[in-house]
Amino acid sequence: MLKQIEGSAAVAEAVGLCRPEVICAYPISPQTHIVEALGRMVDSGQLRPCEFINVESEFAAMSVAIGASATGARAYTATASQGLLFMAEAVFNAAGLGLPIVMTVANRAIGAPINIWNDHTDALSQRDSGWIQLFAEDNQEALDLHIQAFRLAEELSLPVMVCMDGFILTHAYERVDLPTQEQVDAYLPPYDPRQVLDPADPVSIGAMVGPEAFMEVRCLAHVKQQQALDLIPAWAKEFKDVFGRNSGGLLRCYRCEDADILVVALGSVLGTIKDTVDDMRETGIRIGVLGITCFRPWPLDAVRKALAGAKRVVVLEKSLAVGLGGIVSTNVRGSYTGAPEAVHTVIAGLGGRNITRASLRSMLEQAVAGRLEPLTFLDLDRKIVDGVLAREREQRRTGPIAESILRELGVSASKTG
Amino acid sequence: MSFQPIKFYQTGTFTVGNRLLPEAKRSVQSTMERTNSLNSGHRACQGCGEALGARYAIDAAMEATSNKLVAANATGCLEVFSTPYPETSWQIPWIHSLFGNAAAVGTGIAAALKAKGKTDIRVVAQGGDGGTTDIGFGCLSGMFERNDDVLYICYDNGAYMNTGVQRSSATPAAARTNTTMPVGQSQGNPFGRGKDLPAIAMAHEIPYVATATVAELRDLENKVRRAMAIRGARYIHVLVPCPLGWGHDSSLTIRMARLAKETGVFPVFEAEHGEVTSASRIKRKLPVEEYLRPQQRFAHLFRDPVRTDVIERIQLRADRNIRRYGLLEAEE
Amino acid sequence: MKRKPFAITLDPGSSLANHTGTWRTVRPVYVDRLPPCNHACPAGENIQGWLYHAESGDYEQAWRLLTRDNPLPAVMGRVCYHPCQGACNRGELDEAVGINSIERFLGDEAIRQGWKFERPKEPSGKRVLIVGAGPSGLSAAYQLALGGHSVIIHEAGPLAGGMMRFGIPKYRLPREVLDAEVERITDLGVEIKLNAKVGNLLDTMRDGAFDAAFLAVGAHIGKRAYIPSGSAARMLDAVSVLRSMEGEDKPMLGRRVVVYGGGNTAFDVARSAKRLGAEEAVIVYRRDRNRMPAHDSELEEALQEGVLVKWLSTIKQAEESSITIEKMELDASGFPQPTGQFETLEADSVVLALGQEVDLSLLDRVPGLEIEDGVVKVGPNMMTGHEGIFAGGDMVPGERTVTVGIGHGKLAARHIGAWLRGTTWVHPESHELATFDKLNTWYYSDAPRSQQPVLDMVRRQSTFDEVVGSFDETTAKFEARRCLSCGNCFECDNCYGVCPDNAVKKLGPGLRYEFNYDYCKGCGICIEECPCGAIKSVPEEI
Repeated sequence: MLKQIEGSAAVAEAVGLCRPEVICAYPISPQTHIVEALGRMVDSGQLRPCEFINVESEFAAMSVAIGASATGARAYTATASQGLLFMAEAVFNAAGLGLPIVMTVANRAIGAPINIWNDHTDALSQRDSGWIQLFAEDNQEALDLHIQAFRLAEELSLPVMVCMDGFILTHAYERVDLPTQEQVDAYLPPYDPRQVLDPADPVSIGAMVGPEAFMEVRCLAHVKQQQALDLIPAWAKEFKDVFGRNSGGLLRCYRCEDADILVVALGSVLGTIKDTVDDMRETGIRIGVLGITCFRPWPLDAVRKALAGAKRVVVLEKSLAVGLGGIVSTNVRGSYTGAPEAVHTVIAGLGGRNITRASLRSMLEQAVAGRLEPLTFLDLDRKIVDGVLAREREQRRTGPIAESILRELGVSASKTG
Repeated sequence: MSFQPIKFYQTGTFTVGNRLLPEAKRSVQSTMERTNSLNSGHRACQGCGEALGARYAIDAAMEATSNKLVAANATGCLEVFSTPYPETSWQIPWIHSLFGNAAAVGTGIAAALKAKGKTDIRVVAQGGDGGTTDIGFGCLSGMFERNDDVLYICYDNGAYMNTGVQRSSATPAAARTNTTMPVGQSQGNPFGRGKDLPAIAMAHEIPYVATATVAELRDLENKVRRAMAIRGARYIHVLVPCPLGWGHDSSLTIRMARLAKETGVFPVFEAEHGEVTSASRIKRKLPVEEYLRPQQRFAHLFRDPVRTDVIERIQLRADRNIRRYGLLEAEE
Repeated sequence: MKRKPFAITLDPGSSLANHTGTWRTVRPVYVDRLPPCNHACPAGENIQGWLYHAESGDYEQAWRLLTRDNPLPAVMGRVCYHPCQGACNRGELDEAVGINSIERFLGDEAIRQGWKFERPKEPSGKRVLIVGAGPSGLSAAYQLALGGHSVIIHEAGPLAGGMMRFGIPKYRLPREVLDAEVERITDLGVEIKLNAKVGNLLDTMRDGAFDAAFLAVGAHIGKRAYIPSGSAARMLDAVSVLRSMEGEDKPMLGRRVVVYGGGNTAFDVARSAKRLGAEEAVIVYRRDRNRMPAHDSELEEALQEGVLVKWLSTIKQAEESSITIEKMELDASGFPQPTGQFETLEADSVVLALGQEVDLSLLDRVPGLEIEDGVVKVGPNMMTGHEGIFAGGDMVPGERTVTVGIGHGKLAARHIGAWLRGTTWVHPESHELATFDKLNTWYYSDAPRSQQPVLDMVRRQSTFDEVVGSFDETTAKFEARRCLSCGNCFECDNCYGVCPDNAVKKLGPGLRYEFNYDYCKGCGICIEECPCGAIKSVPEEI
């Protein structure tokens, strides 16, 4: 059914259709609308049987989900940014225990300095936790991925993180096609746990494993996650059969077939990139876009194949590996069989900084011309940065970096443009 | 009182069992059918009070719930010594997640059972004093506030024992731990307020709060049984001596718990919705010195010169407990 | 489909592969220690054992266990001075268990219920002569009859019982009780020939074809003392006076009776005199209360009944209706010395209760015997110097009480039985004593001792009705349950419950427990928390 609703509401609807049994929620921008909507569904009786628990922290939220999932209930929660970090211990724990929890991460920057707007640093900080990480390009895909996520999680007994850009997707009103309950039921069978806390068949979950077996356990975790590389495309295909549209999968190529230069990115920015690429194609430049949907497990073979023909790869990411450069680009570089210096890292959109077609165009033309640096920050105000660096060379104590910049700006207004 | 004490019966209600009592009036531990939820082969130290307390409490809970029980355990001695791969001593469904989230995991289990309509299965969350009063405090308070249907049991041995005896907020004043060594001017753990978890639990006005020790088995079992007859957030705080951390012979575990109660150092009582409903009477009051002397962790108070000033402060606290909970006037 | 994750999730029971018993440096071992009451009983009763049965209300089982060692519980429950109670560990906790009262209850219950001893199946073909149907003789007869031997008692008096009948007054021991317990012994096939004093022992043995003899003639001859007296002064001896109480005609003692002596017999006489109507019964004793041989309970009851006592006094002279007594004082070594102060007392009769001697006439011309201080010496096997002739009770050296006599009878019977078979009986080694320090008394409830009802004073002074009443069943059971069961497991389940490693196996009611040494870490909590001290610590060989 077609509806024009907020992204959060769409996700809430989708999650509700998946018949979750336990939902725990701790508020953090920008995920709040999702859990609020789910809360209303539970209170009104629309979502039943389901326990909705207002927890006292994100750490508690994930812990409650762990307890619920271990008891054989379909468990769901949502968070972002600081909240994701606060529950980090539990995030690793859930993956280690093999519990099929599904969590929405409404991607948001991580402080200090505190920033409530979108980038991918939060989800990517948990890339090694053992969770499967899926990134939605638009609101339709966001809601679709949740349905696929439950199926994937329960089949593999691994938790799945569905990432959608905070505010950009969560708070955007788009037309989406909401599935029916029958469709979802046809796609997603009831949860049959691999291990469950049941007095009729007791087990001890969460033993202490020492050096004699730990390597094996971790190797198995790695192998298990990689099984998703086969399952995801298969179920995306099944999804299409049931729901009638392409959604999910490992990655998506746009005008890649004859491209000399490929842009790689995750999330909603793919839309803007594709528009820019269309413009550039008009001028005859052979450029394409590779959108990564499944970030973990990293689809090494698929990426390698997709990048095979490109002479230059530009990875545009809303994330930063401080001290190194790019997070996504590091993963990409390892999958590219061409020269490593052909892969460029473009850090963009951190903390919600707008990514415009103009900026993209300009940067990509630089890339086409071979003038793009290995690591660039898109739309960076070099004056501010250089000014602060100069001042720092003069005096040792300049206070927190953010305050320095604001001082440099003279005002505290955010910069767009 | 939560249970009727049995009128003189040779050994009254003090021993584990009594061949002269009808089976129904004996303790759960005395029966051959007890679950032995924490079975042999675990790696607890000789004379471990926590191993004993856990078996007591969980066996009683199993009996009270007709063996329909799920337990969540925090990281700590109990978890480590009971589940080192490939051995587990637990005979019940059991999960260990993290150090600070036992209460939250319990909440999750209870919610799942409710969603599935299996509310006849009950939930216990358990942890040591470190996992409860410090790192697990937030989750515990959240569970209390929501009145989730979980019984939380804290096994209090007064320090982070599993990591090698470091101080927790439950460590008693003047005790020696490896992070509160009595060197220089220090007399061990400073005299602070300490965290009185039972009082904090009472402040949440949850349906049931109780304290108990491993020296009074039937009292502990009755409290677990009473707790399982109630729905909502419940808390039981059990004093479990640790021969290693407290520095006493492994055979004296129960005696030390007894002394803690009989001196007033550890008040044993019950409360409902924030009001004290009963207290366990001190049989024969003893001065706190009787309790302190046998423990190496208080040995620094008894060197030459004896620190009577410190001992007296401890005595004042014990006396306050006695006054506050009416431990000498309570019903037998 | 349950495919549990490797290593993270474990199935129950896997810890049993870890045998933590290897950690031990000491191991706990169940022991039976000797309870102090058993140890103190001259008859060797397994007191803790029969209290165990009494506690559960299995009175017959208790009685049968008791009577294995002592066939006269109803009597002993009235006349024994209970050294068991003096040794009772409970005395250090609150008050000793009223063992004696419970024994009496069991004895009375047996009489009420008509419980009988079980006859042995096969006769041994041996014949044993017993001289004297007092406690010692009856005890030996009982034990020998149970052993299958043919036993005949030759009793000099008209009735069986010895001092029980002719020395202890009826208000302490009703005769129906004594008769019932004697009858139970004769029902076993023991023959008692009354009025059959043995003149010559060896002749009697030959005539009766006896293979062995046990002598228990007691000490019936009152000691005399030289007291200057007028011809009309009425001087009697206590033994005769008490014996004459048994007949139809009561002795005429007059309105004022003086009893000379400080033993139990003196008090028996004084109290009996009161009951016979004496206005005054005065005991004259040469030393003080501390050195008086009579039991405190006798003194207390006597004083309550109005008996007077003149301490530190001796009789100088006796006349028809008065006596002269001299005040004594104790010197540094505790001996009474005359002070030269005199007093006159009105007295219609003077009864001498100065001790008793044995009639050894039957032993004339029996070679090999050693007699010293008026008693016959016996070896540790209760045999005299003559092969096959054993002796016990008041006629051999030792404390003169009914219980000791019973103990001698039992011990002699053991040795006689062995001797008849051509072997010797060796006393089995005793277990370690269960002293108070081995108990964990925390577990025993506070419970003061029960008191037996006592007859009112009027009846005490005018009748020979039993003064001290019996426990009813509830009280007897309560009292039995005060027993700490020193050194002997009474299945309190403590060890089973307090083991942190679940290393104690409960075997079932009556079967006690077993340590599972595969898992026992040797922490010692079970030893510490065993209320009755029935577990001990044994070092492992490392």
